[in-house]
This record gives sequence, C-alpha cells and structure tokens, in this order.
Amino acid sequence: MLTRKNKIIFLWILFIFSVLSLAICPLIGMKNISIRVLLQYHVDELEPSIYWNIRLPRVLLAFMVGALLSLCGMVFQAIFKNPLTTPFTLGVSSGAAFGAIAFIVFGAEAASLGFAKSYFSAFTGALLSIILVYIFARIRGGFSTFTMLLAGVAINFFFSSLILLFQYLADFTKVFQTFRWLMGNLETYGFSKVVNIAPFFILGSLTVMLFSNELNLMLLGEDMAISRGLDVNRFKLIMFVICSLMVGASVSLCGVIGFVGMISPHICRLIIGSDHKYLTKASLFFGGFFMVACDTLSRKIIAPSELPVGIITALLGGPFFLWLLVNKRKGDALL
Amino acid sequence: MENPAIEVNNFSYSFGNGDVLNSVSFAVKKGEYFSIVGPNGSGKTTLLKNIMRILTGGKGVIRAGGIDVRDFSQRELAKAISYVPQPDGRSYPFQVWEFILMSKYPYLNPFSKITAKDEREVDEVLESVHMNRFKNRDMNTLSSGERQKIMISASLMQKADIFLLDEPTTFLDPKHEEEINRILKRLNRERRITIVSVTHNINLAAILSDEILALKNGRIVYFGSPDGFMDGRVLSSIYDKEFELITHPGKNIKVILPEVIC
Repeated sequence: MLTRKNKIIFLWILFIFSVLSLAICPLIGMKNISIRVLLQYHVDELEPSIYWNIRLPRVLLAFMVGALLSLCGMVFQAIFKNPLTTPFTLGVSSGAAFGAIAFIVFGAEAASLGFAKSYFSAFTGALLSIILVYIFARIRGGFSTFTMLLAGVAINFFFSSLILLFQYLADFTKVFQTFRWLMGNLETYGFSKVVNIAPFFILGSLTVMLFSNELNLMLLGEDMAISRGLDVNRFKLIMFVICSLMVGASVSLCGVIGFVGMISPHICRLIIGSDHKYLTKASLFFGGFFMVACDTLSRKIIAPSELPVGIITALLGGPFFLWLLVNKRKGDALL
Repeated sequence: MENPAIEVNNFSYSFGNGDVLNSVSFAVKKGEYFSIVGPNGSGKTTLLKNIMRILTGGKGVIRAGGIDVRDFSQRELAKAISYVPQPDGRSYPFQVWEFILMSKYPYLNPFSKITAKDEREVDEVLESVHMNRFKNRDMNTLSSGERQKIMISASLMQKADIFLLDEPTTFLDPKHEEEINRILKRLNRERRITIVSVTHNINLAAILSDEILALKNGRIVYFGSPDGFMDGRVLSSIYDKEFELITHPGKNIKVILPEVIC
C-alpha cells in the first residue's frame, strides 16, 4: 500500500490530470480547435462557438457526471460492503429511465402537463424509486442493508418491466429514441445541463467528503461501527438520500452511463487503499477524468459520428481493472 | 452508593416469535472482572449486543453508570463502553495504526486532523499489549492472536471504562489465550477497567472472574461467585452433562478435568 506521502502525491497527480483534461479535451473533436483561435474570440466565428457552447459544457458535464457516479459507487460499496454494488443498484437509474421513457413515449401528453423536458420526468422517476426503497426499508424496521438491496433490486425489475411494456407499445421511432436514451449520452448545447447538475455535484461531493470517517467505520461492519459510536441507521439514511439524489440528477440529464460508477472506486482503492480520507478525493478526480477521457475518445474514434460513451468506459476500464486485480498484492482486500 | 457499571433489569429480547433473553436481571460492579457463560444459543452475544445497542427493541432496562443506554447518543455510549466482537475472520482493509485511530471516532468532528498526540496515543496503546512492531502491518495479515491484541488496544484507544468482549480467546492457541487473559486481567487491576467477557472456557472464567453469570435458554441459571459456580450440580444443570472437578494444586479453586474419551 502507498505511504501517506505517496497517497497525497497520487491525489495531486489525479488533480493535475483532471485540470489538464478539462483544459485540453474541449479542443479535441471531429475538428480540433487551436488555442490561438480561441484567444481571438469573435462571436460570429464557428470554432469559438463550438468550444464555448458545445465542447466546454460537454466536458464539464462529463467530469461532473463521472465524478458523481464514481463517488456514489464508492459510498454504496462501503455501506453495503459489497464490491459488486453500483450507483444504480438501488433502482434509482431504472426509476429515472422509466420517467424519461414515459416522457418519450407519451411526450406530447406530458408536455401539455407542463413537463417541457424529459429530465424533469426522469428526475421524478428517480425520486419515486428512492421513496419506494425507503418505504420498503422502513416497513421491515430499522434500515436493514439487505432489505434496501433487495428492495432496490425488486424496484429495478419493476421499472425495467414497465420500460419494456412502454417500448412494446410504442412505435419504432420512439423505441429507437428510448434505446438511445438508455445508452446514455453527454450531448449538450449551452450550460443549462451543467448548471442543473452543479449543485448536486458540489453539495453532494462536499457532504460525502465530510463523512469519510464514517465510511471508514462502515468497512469494519455495522456492529463495529456502532460500537465505535456511529449511528449507523441515520448515517445510511443520509448517504442513501444524498447519493440517490446525485445519481437521479445524473441519470435524468445523461441517461444510464454504466461501469464508471462501479469500477472507478475499485481502481482507486487498489492503488491508494481503502481509507476514505484519500479515497473520496481519488474517486472524484479519477471518475471525472476517466469520463472526460472516454467521452473525448467516443467523439473522436469514429468521427464524424459518435460512439455512446458507456461503450468506451467499459472497453477501457474493464481491462485496466483486470490488470490491477491480477497485480494486486495478497492481503489487499477489494473492500 | 456507587452506580453499577452495568445494570440489566428485567430485560427480555426476542427474534421473531422466539425469546432469546427472558426477564434477565443482574448488575456488574465497577472495576469487576465479570464472565458470562452458557451453552451455545443461550443468549450471551445477544445480551452484549443489547448493552452496546447494536441490537435494539428489547423489553426492560439496561443502564450504564446508572443511565439508561437508550438515553445515550451512540457516540456517548462508545465513550463509556467498548465492544470486541466474536472473531469471525472478517476483512479489515486498513493498517494497524489506521484501525486503532478509528477508535477515536467518538471524540472527532468531521474536520479533525490526526495530531502528534494521536500518534503518541497509538504507540502507547500498542505498547500496552506489546504490539508496537505491528504498527504498520495490514490488519488482514495478522494471526488471530495478534488481531485480538490489536482489538484490545483499539478498545483502549476508545478510552471506555467498560470492555465487552465476545469470546475473545476462541480459536487461539494456549500461548495466545494466556497472553490475552493476562492483558485483560492487568487492565482490569491496574486501570480499573470493568471487563465483561463471554467465554466457553469454564476454568478460566472461574480463575479470572469476580462474578459469573450463566445463561441457559435466555434465562439466568446462575449468578454469583466463581466458588459457587464450580459445583458439579450447578455445572451439570447449565450444560446438561456431568463434570469431574478437582482442586487446582496452586490455588484454592476447583477446576474441571478434561473428559477422557475412548
């Protein structure tokens, strides 16, 4: 395992990579943009407009979504003490997907009700799934981890079935739209999506960072955490609500982008260890950087067309994770 | 009169339909070495977990230092009582010093930083169990005996006056078992830490304890001195088997002889 000093160096490296990715990646795309052109900014020129209105917001959005999914994956893995947990395990994503797909399929009706954009509908779906998981967990008494997981899985299946039903009933164009939505995408024009997700990202990340001691205690098991003075049920509830809102916001705006939320925390954990004082920051920067890098590749690799970013995250992250796993020392636990 | 360290008053607890603890009442005096014995499934662990509030919802009252444990915040309770669970081989992905520092949690706020004083305290608690050289080892690479000593030093870091230990020497070889027991007895004598230990080792319970509580099917079947406990009739009523007892040659105390099985 890295020494304390090396952990801090690693965090600085991740921070620098993140800043560099935010600075450089908006310049890369179907058509590369030079810094010189940007500095001679004129509103009527095409390249600065692409940079400011399309690429920069997209890269910022990618960073925040990647960071946020990675952080939430890390939190859920610690709370459930289960390495297979993802930010989507508790059904938030399928709730959001159901909301979005309901909007796509019944769009005109929804618009007439005042839902102008699919992500309002998606966020409502996410909130619905959060409330359902919460109710089921409370009905059983306490706030049992197993009940939450099982309720999450059940709600996932329930909403997935409804999505299939809606797709079956919809026409081909709408089915294609729903299919593309489910693959996730980071397309945006202007900063509205960035502004929408920023409060979830900033407040959520800061809160998770403040709870690093508590997350460490959860890794010892619930009975040990309680005996060290942690009110486990209250803590789980706080984390569940915060992370679900973060994931709900992300899925509502960008669809279901898989893999990054499960694998990023593991990659960081294998390098930097399980101490959440370092792991939260590492997961945040790595998740953000990784998503920006994958999104840039997805825009570049078959330009002028684009690959869904989820394909790239899985193709790159999977082998890297397996390489780390094979090379990890004996005694280094995955959680 | 001084409040007992722990007082359990007419306490019952059930999982589903079955009573695990049934109208249990006893008190542990401050500074006592107190052993809880009984057959498997008699409710010993459930009792410890209810004292620590790991389990909640029982009927009756449990007090620590005269205060109902339900009136403590979890942090305040952790300052009063520490708990060492049954050894179960679970993974702790931390180094020894990190693990011990985590016991400072009841005294921390989200912005607390590790200070030189904290690091000195880690050294001190490791020294008290003679484990300084393990400070930078990964928890998952320790043997069961080493791990138990680290658990005890973590309890010391927590600065509680009452230690609850659930079978602290199960799975240990005789050398480590003796070491752990010596450490616990020393802490009990020198620092006046109240030890409440669940054990299956009847002889050690008799030798080490000031008082013994025996549970069977969730009820108290014996509560009193080790002398009274080491009686053939008492023991056979608890464990449903006969025991052969002899007087320990070095101490005026009865111990049970191991069974010769042919």
